[in-house]
Amino acid sequence: MTNSSDTTAAADEAAADEATAADAAVGAAATAAPAARQAPGDGPRPKGLGPVGWLRWGWRQLTTMRTALILLFLVALGAVPGSILPQRGQAPEKVADYFDKHQTAAPWLDRLSLFDVFAAPWFAAIYILLFVSLAGCVIPRAVKHYKSMRARPPAAPRNLSRLPQSASYETDASPEEVLAEARALLRGRRFRTDLSTGGGKGTAGSAVAAEKGYLGETGNLVFHLALLALLFALGMGNLFGYRGNVVLAEGKSFANALNNYDQFMPGRAFDTDALAPFSISLDDFTATYEAKGEKRGQATDFEAKIRYRDEPSAPEKKYDLRVNHPLKAGGAKVYLLGHGYAPAFTVRDGKGDIAFKDTVPFLAMEQRNYTSEGVIKAPDAEPEQLAFYAILWPTAMASEDGKQIISAFPGPLRPMVTVSSFKGDIGLDSGAPQSVYKLEGIGKTLQPIKGGQKLLEPGESFELPDGAGTVTFDGLKEWTSLSINRDPGRVPALIAAILAVAGVATSFMVRRRRVWVRATAAKGGRTVVEVGGLTLGNPTPEFDDIVAALRGPVAEEPAGEPAVERADERADEPGTDRDPGSATESKE
Amino acid sequence: MSHADLANLSDKLMLSTVVLYIVALVAYAADLGFGQRRRDAEIAETTKAKVLVGADGAEVADASAASAGTSAGPSAASGDDAGADGRKVEWMRLAILLNVIGWAAHLGFIATRGLSASRWPWANMYEFLAAIAFAAVTAFLVVMWRYRAQFLGAFVMAAAVLALGVANIWLYDKAGPVVPALNSYWIAIHVTAAITATGAFTVAGASTLLYLLKARQEARLATAATAATAATAATAATAATAATATAATATAATGRAAGSGPAPVAATALGGSGFMSRVPAAETLDRLALRVTMFAFPIWTAAIIMGAIWADEAWGRYWGWDPKEIWSFVTWIIYAAYLHARATAGWKGRKAAILSLIAFAALLFNFFGVNYIFSGLHSYA
Repeated sequence: MTNSSDTTAAADEAAADEATAADAAVGAAATAAPAARQAPGDGPRPKGLGPVGWLRWGWRQLTTMRTALILLFLVALGAVPGSILPQRGQAPEKVADYFDKHQTAAPWLDRLSLFDVFAAPWFAAIYILLFVSLAGCVIPRAVKHYKSMRARPPAAPRNLSRLPQSASYETDASPEEVLAEARALLRGRRFRTDLSTGGGKGTAGSAVAAEKGYLGETGNLVFHLALLALLFALGMGNLFGYRGNVVLAEGKSFANALNNYDQFMPGRAFDTDALAPFSISLDDFTATYEAKGEKRGQATDFEAKIRYRDEPSAPEKKYDLRVNHPLKAGGAKVYLLGHGYAPAFTVRDGKGDIAFKDTVPFLAMEQRNYTSEGVIKAPDAEPEQLAFYAILWPTAMASEDGKQIISAFPGPLRPMVTVSSFKGDIGLDSGAPQSVYKLEGIGKTLQPIKGGQKLLEPGESFELPDGAGTVTFDGLKEWTSLSINRDPGRVPALIAAILAVAGVATSFMVRRRRVWVRATAAKGGRTVVEVGGLTLGNPTPEFDDIVAALRGPVAEEPAGEPAVERADERADEPGTDRDPGSATESKE
Repeated sequence: MSHADLANLSDKLMLSTVVLYIVALVAYAADLGFGQRRRDAEIAETTKAKVLVGADGAEVADASAASAGTSAGPSAASGDDAGADGRKVEWMRLAILLNVIGWAAHLGFIATRGLSASRWPWANMYEFLAAIAFAAVTAFLVVMWRYRAQFLGAFVMAAAVLALGVANIWLYDKAGPVVPALNSYWIAIHVTAAITATGAFTVAGASTLLYLLKARQEARLATAATAATAATAATAATAATAATATAATATAATGRAAGSGPAPVAATALGGSGFMSRVPAAETLDRLALRVTMFAFPIWTAAIIMGAIWADEAWGRYWGWDPKEIWSFVTWIIYAAYLHARATAGWKGRKAAILSLIAFAALLFNFFGVNYIFSGLHSYA
């Protein structure tokens, strides 16, 4: 860390040079962005420096702005493949698909973690380096800024007329009076001021040094530090949080426990026992669609009526779960993510016993009108297990050529299903996990039943050939997919983000301004007053106002002086940067 | 008025907006083109006058230096000379008038569109693009009013006409309800911020592009000017037999004019090349681009963050590397790089400007590419 202070010391000098240099107007950076991170890159190359020297050199390189710029660019570049290639975190099924289609390229891309860009080691390396670089610059800068806020404003440069903004005039008042008044005026404008007595190094006359606008640098530092905090908050959320998905059909309940999730993604440091013991029951789900006009079929609202308990002993509460309107329960948040149809079926086996009676979640085959497919598995059927593949049309009608059935509307206006029957071994007895949306072993262990196809409306039953059993389409229900998550980084991330925006806005709006006033006694009892101004970025009209206020009351007759000065001062107290009139007049 | 009437009215207002912008574009372009030709003529006249007066070589050189001096004024402080040329002012006035009326029609379009659907009027790509064009034109009007940046008019109008054309030809969509995911007050906040920032970035992009062109021209003319000065001095020396000393002073004088002041001095001295001489100095353009970017960047930051908050409400995560999120992030990073580069020695100027243009390209890609190439949660097209 000592090394980094060298960096800033060099930058310090640069800043000091900038303050005094005649061409400061050209050199001064127009932003409040870190102008100081430049110095060390061009230093002599280390030769035979030893490990410490190399470390120091490396640290300096890392904390230069040039390195930061390159790293920024690399982060941007590295993020791009994440949008072009499918990502495991977002769409694992698409990654598998990609592997099928690009059998030679995919493994190579995978070796470069290109299907997991944002968890890739190389991506982490870039952003960690970037944040180390940022910290290595910003933290010493923050210390320096803190010191400079407490230190005296920098002493007046020798030649004030070479500053980007300068003025000089003569007055009858004594140097002491002039300086005292200048100091009072600048203080009134909330400058920090310092009076230095003249003498040293041929500087004739005493001077007032004033500085203001520290908030700009503060905002800049807050912005960068907030970004660091944001990164930590994100990391914390990833480590300690969890997220999971549940498919819940109408009439079903969910208790927040690990084995009730369809999909569960815990953070690395997440403790499974820490799941809040809340429970949810879905009473009713309603999707509303535009019924007429050009936008017919477009969904306009989804609403899930649920009841929930924060913990088993807590009272039951009702909630309307909607998109953009999540439920907060037991420290977790529950979101309505998706929906689909869940037809209810009853399957009786050859003996007439009920082998299956439940709702079955179907998956949409197309999103527009929700033609859906699903399977029914009745492993308890005797003598042989029964299974069905079914297609559902929420609003069934004949296609234009009259040969097919299609769905004409996503809402359930006229639901129909077609079932295809199978018998044999479903494959569940082996204990191997199976998808609830697919039948396995068709043609091998599962044989299609001849003549086992039938179109059903709600309430209708289909008697399977050869007395194998019956299947009844009891009615149509809907399911919702819920996303449940807990993210302890959420609130810290929000705070950091707000600070970042506030910081960057402040750093762009407030600029550091320095003003020096020097008064030198001249011949004949007159006093020569020189005023110089240096603003980070472009000159502001504020300086001209200050000069006007300084000389105004002195130059004119003293009678009207206080009133004029007061009015002046008050007028441009808040928005000095934005007064074009006075700027152009007194300059040039 | 019924919703259908309002929708109808909004379609008509869109048409009016496009027509007005096209005419304004022509007027701005006419100002850039003809305004310059007239001024060239003026300069030529003054130069000739001085050359006629001057009898010996030294004065010829002097005259060219003087004309360089006089022409430096107007081009450096563009707009100050507006009163000098009657017809030019007319073009500019016409352009601004049409622009402002077009802007009002545009505003009317957005308002009626929103009323006809009873919601915020940026819920699909058509409305979104129209709103971005509106933001860009608004940003330009503000910049014109504050920094006298009329010269950007033709470019911003061209961008707006292009955007509205694309919106109407390929993206048109009747006014209607929104999908449930968009049914949130966040659309008013997040999308408005994104639109505002995009509009401002467009103006910054136009200024940056002009900066690059102008800087190149200035560099070329600076070298050309040095050569020309040398040539003039040489002729002067041969013409005036006993005037070696005066020739030397002439060179010194012209050299100072070309070297010390901003380069457009030389540009206009040589008659400039086309409309570029109506454009202010490269440094001014660069500073304007920076100012507008500094305005837009915090808004873009806020738009991303508010998008994250909304995503947390709607999708259950605040950052999920959705393609839109990735490209917003990439855009943000490159603009951040630009702002840093702008304040770093060795990156200032050309390199920084190129970064800014890359960032703008990423912004455009985020709008078009992401919505039409990738599938993601932001695909509402």
